[in-house]
Amino acid sequence: MAAAAAVVAESLAGYRARAARAVLEQVVLPGEELLLPEQEDGEGPGGTGERPLRLNAGARSRGRVVCGPGLRRCGDRLLVTKCGRLRHKEPGSGSGGGVYWVDSQQKRYVPVKGDHVIGIVTAKSGDIFKVDVGGSEPASLSYLAFEGATKRNRPNVQVGDLIYGQFVVANKDMEPEMVCIDSCGRACGMGVIGQDGLLFKVTLGLIRRLLAPDCEILQEVGKLYPLEIVFGMNGRIWVKAKTIQQTLILANILEACEHMTADQRKQIFSRLAES
Amino acid sequence: MAAERKTKLSKNLLRMKFMQRGLDSETKKQLEEEEKKIISEEHWYLDLPELKEKESFIIEEQSFLLCEDLLYGRMSFRGFNPEVEKLMLQMNAKNQVEEVEEETVELDVSDEEMARRYETLVGTIGKKFAKKRDRANYEEDENGDIKPIKTRKMFLKPQD
Repeated sequence: MAAAAAVVAESLAGYRARAARAVLEQVVLPGEELLLPEQEDGEGPGGTGERPLRLNAGARSRGRVVCGPGLRRCGDRLLVTKCGRLRHKEPGSGSGGGVYWVDSQQKRYVPVKGDHVIGIVTAKSGDIFKVDVGGSEPASLSYLAFEGATKRNRPNVQVGDLIYGQFVVANKDMEPEMVCIDSCGRACGMGVIGQDGLLFKVTLGLIRRLLAPDCEILQEVGKLYPLEIVFGMNGRIWVKAKTIQQTLILANILEACEHMTADQRKQIFSRLAES
Repeated sequence: MAAERKTKLSKNLLRMKFMQRGLDSETKKQLEEEEKKIISEEHWYLDLPELKEKESFIIEEQSFLLCEDLLYGRMSFRGFNPEVEKLMLQMNAKNQVEEVEEETVELDVSDEEMARRYETLVGTIGKKFAKKRDRANYEEDENGDIKPIKTRKMFLKPQD
């Protein structure tokens, strides 16, 4: 009797938790549990009774698996916290399980350590600037965190300026903190973004699509006009071209890219190239 | 009567530093034990089973940077901002350059070549540390390599 109950419970667990390998590139929902390849044979739907004998079951290398955004570790279990497609990247070198993450569609930005974002300076108070990054809380930015800044030589930052910076502190319990220098103290393109230009917001998914190394949209946009563009991982894009008209065209194209097929995009780009 | 009164010194008084010298070992031990008891009684601890954090093979990471190889967020096209264009090349080339370097490192210098080079280097470096008087002992051969001569200068007895 007890054995039968155990079997039922096991099959229920097997039904709820799907193998991560099986749902790759498929939609996963928050609350779902995923089984990593290492756990599959032990806890799979087959149960312990029918498990095939493995010669090296114990000696198998347990590579470390990284669970990226949208997934959470709960003890030894892997839970989904966002709705979207499950993605996987093979490990670059050495043994490991690679990286799993959920490619979700969202507009709300949550600060993450290491992200490059565009912020708007909202206040100057003593040693720090308050920067709006679109998160739940404004980020703080020390006036010393600029290239070449010292106590005597303050950076020229005004309220309302746009800042391209990086998060050094970002967690759920603390105020996020930004810097505009890398670990070597160089600006590397961070700091106040120049005058003029246009700032607009898109979804976080589109930003990632645009920043992908093999992004066709960006290559095509680059052929249109001479332009400068800054992408913040918080969904903000700043564009600047020679004229206001060109800037507006670019902003409209990038916004529209969210819901355009490749063919539609090509049509628009060819029409623009003619004009 | 007098002896009895002597033993009745209060504990707090006996604990004072200047009283420690005169105390015998037995009372000293007694005092120490009492002190320990007080400390352990006041020590706070949580009445919980011991937490055993199992080593997990899942690592949490909330950044997309690690997952997708995203490009650097500042870009410039067709010479709008030459500075940014230079930076763009530099930042986005980083990943590719590293891969190329890894391949070339292996083919750079073979072990044989290394050994041959160090063979001659022994003499060159040796000359550097030799004293001026001994420097004559190092002689250049036809290849320009410097080799130490083992024969040392000896005193020669003049002939009659």
